[in-house]
Amino acid sequence: MSRAVKKGLLARKLGMTQVFTEDGQAVAVTAIEAGPCVVVRKKTPETDGYSAIQVGFMGVKERKVNRPDRGQFAKAQIKPTRWLREFRVEDPDQYEIGQEIRADVFQEGDLIDVTGISKGKGFAGGIKRHNFHRGPMAHGSKYHRRPGSLGAKGPARVFKGRKEPGRLGGERVTVQRLKIVKVYPEKNVILVKGAVPGPRRGLLTIRDSVKA
Amino acid sequence: MQDIINSIEQEQMKKDIVDFGPGDTVKVYVKVVEGGRERIQVFTGTVIRRRGSGLGETFTVRRVSYGVGVERTFPVHSPRIEKIELVRRGKVRRARLYYLRQRYGKKGKIKEKMDNR
Repeated sequence: MSRAVKKGLLARKLGMTQVFTEDGQAVAVTAIEAGPCVVVRKKTPETDGYSAIQVGFMGVKERKVNRPDRGQFAKAQIKPTRWLREFRVEDPDQYEIGQEIRADVFQEGDLIDVTGISKGKGFAGGIKRHNFHRGPMAHGSKYHRRPGSLGAKGPARVFKGRKEPGRLGGERVTVQRLKIVKVYPEKNVILVKGAVPGPRRGLLTIRDSVKA
Repeated sequence: MQDIINSIEQEQMKKDIVDFGPGDTVKVYVKVVEGGRERIQVFTGTVIRRRGSGLGETFTVRRVSYGVGVERTFPVHSPRIEKIELVRRGKVRRARLYYLRQRYGKKGKIKEKMDNR
């Protein structure tokens, strides 16, 4: 998280649905519960060497928070939250500790980048994991979904970075340039065109798009 | 969580949809844009399938026009549909009437359902 953001929010994925445009096109959208986030701490170059705000999202029972975090919340006099994340910002003094950031910082038509942890797929073959082609399924081929050659015999070893089967998913993924189709400020829900990484109820970070 | 999505879907759903299902003959009033002007086209035929739920629900209407079978699938809640009119109830014993595609003439007929649902 090196880029200073103009707008940033923590959010929770709710699930997908569709929305009809005026000309009758059905648009697939993801519903996201975005905020409200509380500013828990401000980080400044003098004290921390960089500018950022630390925000919390979704209330939680105090006993579910570990002691170091509990101290942070106590110092800021804020109710504990389930998640704490940082956003780099140009000027942390624009924010107050305890200030709420709500979904209405975003508007319809805004482009955002959404980051989340993708769904874990377990040990996946080359076709699912790296979009390899498959062999013929019939005519006695017996070469259905195998990865193929791992390289020439000359080096007598497999080069590093060779695409092979292995663990897929469960990693941090950012989807860039997603368009906001609708904002419900009173529900703190936004609808984003297209899909978003992770399972329902998964934590997402929303930022204004780098490519906006 | 799901109820937030349901409520978002609910506000886009039409509330005045007639009760219809597979086997029924319906008239679908579709809005079409032709040369910048909008008009309403009627597509009449037999419902051979109704699938899905909520906002994503669709149905397929089949008709034979000039000896060629034509099937169109519409989203039930599409804003392009002006209204759906029930012409005749059909007596059928399954939910997907794909068998009609293999039939023509009298065999492709569906008996009317007489009891009132």
